[in-house]
Amino acid sequence: MSSTSNSSRRCIGRAAAQVALASLAAWLLAACDPSALSREEIEVAKSLTLSALPPVPPDPTNRVADEPRAAAFGATLFFDPALSINGEVSCGTCHKIDRQFQDDLPRGHAIGITPRRTMPLAGVAYNSWQFWDGRRDSLWAQAITPLEDIREHGGNRLFHVRLIAERYRERYESLFGPLPDLAGLPDHAGPLGTLAEKAAWRAIPPDRQEAINTAFANIGKAMAAFERTLLPAETRFDRHVTALASGKEPAGDAAFSELESEGLKLFIGSAGCTNCHNGPLLTDGQFHNTGVPADPANPEDRGRAGAVRQVISDPFNCLGPYSDGSEADCDELEFMVPAGEALERAFKTPSLRGVADRAPFMHAGQILTLEDAVDHYNRAPDAPSGQSEIQPLDLTDRGRAALVAFLKTLGP
Amino acid sequence: MKHSPGRYAVLAAIVALVVAGWLVMAGRHTPPEGADLSRSKASANGIYEVTIEPEAEPVEQGPLHTWLARVKLPDGTPVVNAQIGVDGGMPAHGHGLPTAPKASHVGDGVYRIEGMRFNMGGLWELRLSLNGPTGEDEVVFNIQL
Repeated sequence: MSSTSNSSRRCIGRAAAQVALASLAAWLLAACDPSALSREEIEVAKSLTLSALPPVPPDPTNRVADEPRAAAFGATLFFDPALSINGEVSCGTCHKIDRQFQDDLPRGHAIGITPRRTMPLAGVAYNSWQFWDGRRDSLWAQAITPLEDIREHGGNRLFHVRLIAERYRERYESLFGPLPDLAGLPDHAGPLGTLAEKAAWRAIPPDRQEAINTAFANIGKAMAAFERTLLPAETRFDRHVTALASGKEPAGDAAFSELESEGLKLFIGSAGCTNCHNGPLLTDGQFHNTGVPADPANPEDRGRAGAVRQVISDPFNCLGPYSDGSEADCDELEFMVPAGEALERAFKTPSLRGVADRAPFMHAGQILTLEDAVDHYNRAPDAPSGQSEIQPLDLTDRGRAALVAFLKTLGP
Repeated sequence: MKHSPGRYAVLAAIVALVVAGWLVMAGRHTPPEGADLSRSKASANGIYEVTIEPEAEPVEQGPLHTWLARVKLPDGTPVVNAQIGVDGGMPAHGHGLPTAPKASHVGDGVYRIEGMRFNMGGLWELRLSLNGPTGEDEVVFNIQL
């Protein structure tokens, strides 16, 4: 009896020893495998997936923001080249629907060449600030800006409102009410146009100017309603991390190569990418100077430093008379950093979703390949002006290749 | 002398626990050595005592949010008419706050600091300059995200 009990105790003891040693071996293996993610790393990675993306935030400054008819009207306007002075440029000219709503060019080509890279639009409604420098504080205020830019749509305020009256009166009025009476007004007039257009604008009585401005803002509000529907698509990265987070082995295209896993580990770890590229859109939506070389075509571009005054003085900003919200909805503008060296050559962190299919990179396409982009962050050169926030990373060749491989998983 | 399998089991289990514990701790986001994360402090020259707390816990990375600062004199009297300036940033990254928060008195020496945003994880500094009836002083808090 006692010998049976002794031998069974020995058996249990041996089994326990084997289990403990096996789990020790597993821990050590995990510790030695350079691509294995800890539980905490998986949590961090999960915060970057679409599962962490909240619903599109409401826009109280745009009363038709979530109105499907407004989105449909906005889509029509977005793709209509009639909204340009030469009848050839629509929003979709640069924001190409089959190219992530961007154009693969260093700087946008419309009527002229714009000073900056066309931004992709997936998830654009999550941004507090629009454009690379945040010179507009809402999607609708952004949408109308290129319409009056001589290098983009080249139109003027009265031209665009007149066009809506001629082509889209019924759709406009069913959403926003009567269009202003344009009888007796010139064909072209606007506060930002040519000298003749500005003079024509000044000749219009203030109450009629305001009515035109309101209609012009409404064009933007319809376009914004459409752009709010442009959401990021699931990527291999999302599928990979979702599997890991639910304790499953990622299968099919969700499985990462060792290099991709190492890249993910670097991305959320020692490479510090998530300092700025954080959250499910892989951007903090804020402005940073990362020492990106000046664009030879526009060497004095100061980024955010040149944009603050513009957003403050924009009549279409959150605090302006064309916003449908109240002052309480304008916290971003209220608490905006108004000045300081930190704004010098600071540009908005772009989302990295779909990045590998979107060369060239940076705000004027200064960097041509993903490899060069990773190399830029590895070297962390001094900024042309202002102070770069980044430090050299001292990555190995393998580390650089791993980051590039990882960035390629941020696509379909 | 021969060891019994039971002793091996105990030994292996202890080693496994130690290694497991070390691995778990090694992965954790720990504040730098010596960072004082206290939310209640005397100002640099001891003129004021300041306690801060976020209006809602946990403090999330990304959204704008509000902190409350309770300002007292060392004898416990609430300071109701101080001018409070808000500054800060991430010393390790050499940058300031991404917003320009504003403080306003809401009563009984409690000030609302609105417009705070932490746009990245890590150690942040919140610097409050205090200008009240008994003089000017500054207090610096560390906030780990």
